[in-house]
Amino acid sequence: MTYLAKNLTNGGRELIAFRIGDQEFCVNVMSVREIRGWTPATPMPHAPQYVLGVINLRGAVLPIIDLSARLGMKPAEPTVRHVIIVTQVKNRVVGLLVEAVSDILTINDDDIQPTPDMTSEFERTFARGILAIEGRMICLIELEAVFPHTESEAA
Amino acid sequence: MDMNEIKEIFFQECEEQLAELESGLLRLNDGDRDPETVNAVFRAVHSIKGGAGAFGLDDLVSFAHVFETTLDCVRSNKLEPTQEVLKVMLKSADVLADLTNVARDGGSVDQARSAQLIRELEALAKGEAPPAASASEPVAPKAAVAKPAAVAKAAPVEPVVNEHGFAPVAFSFDDFGGDEDDAVGDLPAYDIVFKPKSELYTKGNEATLLLRDLSRLGEMSIHCNMDSLPPLDQMDPETAYFSWKVSIKTDKGEDAIRSVFEFAEWDCELDVTAVETGEASDAATDDLPMQPVPFDLSALDGDLDVPLGVVEEEEQIAAAQEAAAETASNVVQMAGNASRAAASEKSVAAAAAQNNAQQASSAAAPTIRVDLDRVDRLINLVGELVINQAMLSQSVIENDSNGVSSINMGLEELQQLTREIQDSVMAIRAQPVKPVFQRMARTVREIADITGKSVRLVTEGENTEVDKTVIDKLAEPLTHMIRNAVDHGLEMPEKRLAAGKSAEGTVKLTAKHRSGRIVIELSDDGAGINREKVRQKAIDNDLIAADANLSDEEIDNLIFHAGFSTADKVSDLSGRGVGMDVVKRSIQALGGRINISSKPGHGSVFTMSLPLTLAVLDGMVVTVAGQTLVVPLTAIVETLQPDAAAIHSFGATQRLISIRNSFCPLVDVGRILNFRATQANPVEGVALLVESEGGGQRALMVDAIQGQRQVVIKSLEANYTHVPGIAAATILGDGRVALILDVDAVVSASRGQSLQLESSLAAVG
Repeated sequence: MTYLAKNLTNGGRELIAFRIGDQEFCVNVMSVREIRGWTPATPMPHAPQYVLGVINLRGAVLPIIDLSARLGMKPAEPTVRHVIIVTQVKNRVVGLLVEAVSDILTINDDDIQPTPDMTSEFERTFARGILAIEGRMICLIELEAVFPHTESEAA
Repeated sequence: MDMNEIKEIFFQECEEQLAELESGLLRLNDGDRDPETVNAVFRAVHSIKGGAGAFGLDDLVSFAHVFETTLDCVRSNKLEPTQEVLKVMLKSADVLADLTNVARDGGSVDQARSAQLIRELEALAKGEAPPAASASEPVAPKAAVAKPAAVAKAAPVEPVVNEHGFAPVAFSFDDFGGDEDDAVGDLPAYDIVFKPKSELYTKGNEATLLLRDLSRLGEMSIHCNMDSLPPLDQMDPETAYFSWKVSIKTDKGEDAIRSVFEFAEWDCELDVTAVETGEASDAATDDLPMQPVPFDLSALDGDLDVPLGVVEEEEQIAAAQEAAAETASNVVQMAGNASRAAASEKSVAAAAAQNNAQQASSAAAPTIRVDLDRVDRLINLVGELVINQAMLSQSVIENDSNGVSSINMGLEELQQLTREIQDSVMAIRAQPVKPVFQRMARTVREIADITGKSVRLVTEGENTEVDKTVIDKLAEPLTHMIRNAVDHGLEMPEKRLAAGKSAEGTVKLTAKHRSGRIVIELSDDGAGINREKVRQKAIDNDLIAADANLSDEEIDNLIFHAGFSTADKVSDLSGRGVGMDVVKRSIQALGGRINISSKPGHGSVFTMSLPLTLAVLDGMVVTVAGQTLVVPLTAIVETLQPDAAAIHSFGATQRLISIRNSFCPLVDVGRILNFRATQANPVEGVALLVESEGGGQRALMVDAIQGQRQVVIKSLEANYTHVPGIAAATILGDGRVALILDVDAVVSASRGQSLQLESSLAAVG
């Protein structure tokens, strides 16, 4: 607890770590609204492959993104074991389909290492940094880049 | 909805604009140099000015105008928004708020302060440093602001030219244009006897306003018949005693005269007779026991500036003045300051009491303003309740085979209750567009008067219901558009006649529901868009390259750019270029689209298509390729089970279905929405015959019909994006999301325009 408090006062932050395939990723806990189980989504016509569709989140229509496909990996085959991380950036709420939530991490900004200098689409767009925690490598995701682009953004 | 209600809405909006103005200025003060902030501030002042102009609040308009001019300098980077400048502006914002409050509640403002600020603002606009406060001149003693107490003042007061240097805007017949004056002798004349009953006043109508409207039709002389006025001690202050005899020369015809009294005709005796030309004025003069009083309209606009001449002419009244000073003072007011005519029928005390009563009643209006978020939350919760109830019913039915248990009965009652709650909650938000349209009518009148154009506003579909948010946010863009349509769109009467059109321009405003959206169309029969001018202006403003190759449509759409205005001079009305970009932004903020189509010489049509975010929709629930879709019931003409013999192949991929010997293209919804790769067999499905915006009929193929139900529209745009072919989403009884089909988009897609194309265009726009 003291460790947590110390970290938070020193510009520390909490992250939620989750698993897709054999890789681990994390997002800032402040942008996570809730975590819920997988429910079948209503597919959207003409949607990109990574948009699985929309579900009803207490009266709101929530688009679900297959994060695996979004990050350029193999599209997920959702099962009841999958979870949806409901995230919010600005006014938009989007659900991210991941395999499992693994951890809540408390880290310092200093712990975030810059992404290695590679030219792949993935790391330029989605990765904001890497964390080394207990021998694991966890990639910090830029949430805004993951969200589907809207017309207003394009305009 | 009477004038007071409309005015109340304006003041409510003013409050919002003032809040916006202040927060924007404070942001600027904190060092924010975002041009959007400056624009927001500018728009707030501009909107207040526009609205105030519509209600004739001259003090407010003149102050806002100066303020706006200075802000314009900031906006165009001519003036650096330094701390000093912003200090003046924040003070100006306060004065603007004061003026607004005074206009609503009466009272007075600190004239010295506003005069000083006007000088400072003007100095800033000219690029000078703000003058020190000590340099301010002594303030003119007369307050130009109307006080309710002034009603009691009987003595004529000199017209006040207020110390801002703004002369009151006198509204006289000369303003109607010289050509009319010349022709006036030849116009048909009418004698009108107008005798209001007491009910007229009880219903909040006012003879003055009717007479003022009447005066807009042409030159008129007016005489008040006071014969039935009893002595003061027998007078009932609530009774109407006066009647008016009006002689008017107008080319608008008797119908126009009668339409002035349209809302009052049951509460007055009205007699309109045509008089043969030439004799009209004589007859009027001879018949009357008194000389007709020249009806100077400027008296109507200012509350205090009663023309002096009137008293001298009214010798009889002067005599009466000696006998019963108080009553006579009312008569003088009635003759001169007709804006108080209603009050003049009663004793001064009664008038004051009435004023108080009016204020009291407006304060006690049985409405509350509730934060929309709260209503939204309630609506969402009720939506959840309905879904939950449906899910509960479903599981009870599945688990309870005999179906007569008390649980079932309780569930039925619950269902009814939830339905009622849902209806009531929806009723809070869905409202007809009528109030907005009515406000537009006034806007059109005012602008027509100022520009000297003759304009008729035709409205259709006023009872189309749409979400409250949409209505509220519609008023501002619509006002801008109407202003533009009249100011820029319509030509001057002479030009119109020369072009072979009627002198009177028509502005048409229609509202209708179209597949889950509300479509509002504003069309004028004016000159259309001057594409050459627009193009040149766009090049001058560096919006497009000089050699850009643009289609007509693209040129038309240039007018939606910020800072674009083709008006040669900045007018009080429009022409600062805030208009159309504000319109587009407001519409987009509502999740809507706006389009313009213009035919040179025939006018322009603005089409706004807005979502009914929270409106309820009657829909047909259908299955397409395993997915549940909702088709708006309004779009469906009929449903039919296609017969194999009725299906005809047409070309490589097209198929037609013959319905009663006419052929209609068959559209596979599943294919259009990309739910399946190949076309389904029509015989296995159901065809929905739909009629689209374009007018054509199409048979939409779906796999099966599940039933009809009312669904709550949920926005897809909020968290996702607009999906071509899909109007919105809804949540069905099983808690799953179903998509609502955008029939028009699907039909136009079937015409060969791809759905994706539309979305990419939308992204560019």
